Amino acid sequence: MTTTPPVTRTSQVALIGNPNTGKSTLFNNLAGLNTRTGNYPGVTVEKKVGRIHWDGIEIDLIDLPGTYSLSPRTPDEMVSVDVLMGHAPSIGEIDAVVCIADSTNLERNLYLVSQILDMGIPTILVLNMWDALKERKDEFNLADLRERLGIPVIPAVARKGTGSKEIKEALATLLRDKPKPKRLNVFPAPFNAAMEKVRGRLAETKSRPLAEYEIERLILDVNGSVERRCLTHTGPDFAEFLASVRQELAEQNCIVPRIESECRYQWAKSIMSGLFTRDDAVKPRSISDRIDGLLTHNVFGLIVFFGLMFLIIQTIITWADPFMGWCEFGQETVAGWIEASLAPGPLRSLLIDGVIAGVGGVLIFLPQIVFLFLFISVMEDCGYMSRAALMMDRFMRLFGLSGKSFLPLMSSFACAVPGVMAARVVENQRDRIVTMLIAPLMSCTARFPVYWLLTMTFVPSVVLFSIPMGGLAEGGGWDFTLPALVIFLMHLVGVVVAIPVAFLLKKTAFKGEASPFVMELPDYKWPSIRTVAFRVYDRAKAFVVRAGTLIFAATLVIWAAGYFPGDHAVQHELEARMESLDEETDSEQLAALEEEHQEISARLIETSFLGKAGHFIEPAVRPLGWDWKIGVGVVASFPAREVIIATLGTIYSLGGDVDEEDEGLRGALRESTWPDGSKVFNIPVALSIMVFFALCAQCVSTLMVIRRETNSWGWTIFSFSYMTILAYIAAFFTYQIGMLFVA
Amino acid sequence: MNQLKLDQLAKGQRGRICKVEGEDGIAIRLMEMGLMNGEVVEYVGCAPFGQPSTYLTRGFRLALRPEESRRIEIEPIS
Repeated sequence: MTTTPPVTRTSQVALIGNPNTGKSTLFNNLAGLNTRTGNYPGVTVEKKVGRIHWDGIEIDLIDLPGTYSLSPRTPDEMVSVDVLMGHAPSIGEIDAVVCIADSTNLERNLYLVSQILDMGIPTILVLNMWDALKERKDEFNLADLRERLGIPVIPAVARKGTGSKEIKEALATLLRDKPKPKRLNVFPAPFNAAMEKVRGRLAETKSRPLAEYEIERLILDVNGSVERRCLTHTGPDFAEFLASVRQELAEQNCIVPRIESECRYQWAKSIMSGLFTRDDAVKPRSISDRIDGLLTHNVFGLIVFFGLMFLIIQTIITWADPFMGWCEFGQETVAGWIEASLAPGPLRSLLIDGVIAGVGGVLIFLPQIVFLFLFISVMEDCGYMSRAALMMDRFMRLFGLSGKSFLPLMSSFACAVPGVMAARVVENQRDRIVTMLIAPLMSCTARFPVYWLLTMTFVPSVVLFSIPMGGLAEGGGWDFTLPALVIFLMHLVGVVVAIPVAFLLKKTAFKGEASPFVMELPDYKWPSIRTVAFRVYDRAKAFVVRAGTLIFAATLVIWAAGYFPGDHAVQHELEARMESLDEETDSEQLAALEEEHQEISARLIETSFLGKAGHFIEPAVRPLGWDWKIGVGVVASFPAREVIIATLGTIYSLGGDVDEEDEGLRGALRESTWPDGSKVFNIPVALSIMVFFALCAQCVSTLMVIRRETNSWGWTIFSFSYMTILAYIAAFFTYQIGMLFVA
Repeated sequence: MNQLKLDQLAKGQRGRICKVEGEDGIAIRLMEMGLMNGEVVEYVGCAPFGQPSTYLTRGFRLALRPEESRRIEIEPIS
């Protein structure tokens, strides 16, 4: 038994690597389920930390985003540098770095390795996909690599879980020995002289002393994150000074910025030289290339792609349905228990309409999220995701986005909640936020009941054209009707509007240097069940714990706004009397009470804060052709769009349990009148409500998920505001233009 | 030697990079990915709607849009 010296605090270890190197799989292998997620302040990067206990040492493993290099140009990229340099306040000093590399693509991976070694932090290099390297009929000299790098180098096959023990052992040794590695310096003498000059000049300013790596970034990244941050302390003439330093360097044949890639790749080449017995400049044709021939084929590739997309949409709409049914069933069961044990009153209303509805409102999204992330994880893990992005890139450029945004936006046609979460697959921060902001414009399934109710009630069932189908269809033909056209157009409105919205966002809020589309297409491989399961679990947990709490809180607030300040004593008394009656013997009495209850409920919703808000906005919605009842319905449907149907049911004294097929509700809408006796609803009014719902942000769950994923209330409020304004303007023109035709 | 832009290569053809234009973020990104002077690149093919194109270099596949590949000058290798 060896005695281990006590470690005073939890060691902080960062995990970093290029994309597609199996970093998340390794993270899961090392930390298991013992992880927690959060956000770094002010950026969209998710902070993921896993706890490892090994040999008496406690380690916090910090998962940094996959990256090809550490030359920060955006605040999101700066996060990794800040963490590694010990500037992240919630983490503190970093004790060691685990850098994972694809051993079949080592030379390019060494670029990032050189930057990490440049920081002078104790580092372990993990050579993942070691089995793939071994498969090549090629000798690889691991001992030489270790000697040249001077750090622990551990071969691993993360997909099979091998190498984890060795990594933990190496980490424990490193954390105990606390070596002070000499930083790697790949740059020539003139560059080092320039660094000294910059350091000297910095000392004269108010800036804190910078680490060597930060000074490097200051010189190398023209207008990069380090420079911008530094200039806030040093004053504007420092920028001129930096420019002159770069100019001098250029005169000495060290041209910024290309000097960095030249020197680092030169170093990588020197490390690699002679490690392989064979040296192929370009890899020979592999199985992956042959699969690509099929899966990115002009015709066959697209058929497979759209087939898969159809399957995904079908799955999250249809397969998730029974699970969502169980969710509702569970909700009703618990509500039933509460009804049986608690007399009607504010507490019971809070429990059933607030707490249970809130919990249910969170859980109802879980099946869709699980199914969508199941597909996403499989697609990402097997390497198909980047091919899908490749094929959709040309099309998505219409939106000013890249092919990566296609899947999140497509998923949003089922539901924007998993759609916004899926935007995580977009690495580029600006594209990701734009994708999240336009995702709620895609017509989700929650809008369908609204379209259906209004179209079926007000749009005449005119056959526009008929396709003769012989004996295939009933009646010998397939009729394309006006209501079908209206519902189709409603689904199209969001997409059509999303194009200019995305374009404007990219031109205004997300203006700046165009981000390059440089995408690696990794080798195909069989997806690992373990990796997929971890990722699905991770996303589901993140949704419930982080977005779920917000959705739940919002549901409670909305319940209170619909309940208070009215006096519910009579309503609750009626409920108590109704519950004491027997359905069979007292049916007449029950019906009378029910009618009374519905009238009181209608009055209570009207006098609640929500109802008052609906009344308050009446002058504003008048130009859309709406009366206060529609106004209340729209305000009250803030939790979710389909709630308007139940709210309209309550307002029209029909009770809250009506659906879009309810003839009573359809009748009530048709008969609804203004005080002067004229009808409220006509086709333009119905269309203006539908257009409003197609574009508005009446979905608190989506907004809360946007809050979590952008890590910003600013973008959340922006989403709500721009969509509401857009919806209002579109509804206004729909009604006003529509009325010209009616008149 | 006759020089071409990377997007002018024929399918299956290889070229040696002689210049990456520009010093902005895009140029840096291309160089970070290893597209530097002297490297050999092979044009693999293009996606269904004519772009982006796939290339092979340093043993990995890379997809680039025409704007990016046009910045890379190459000398074709027969």
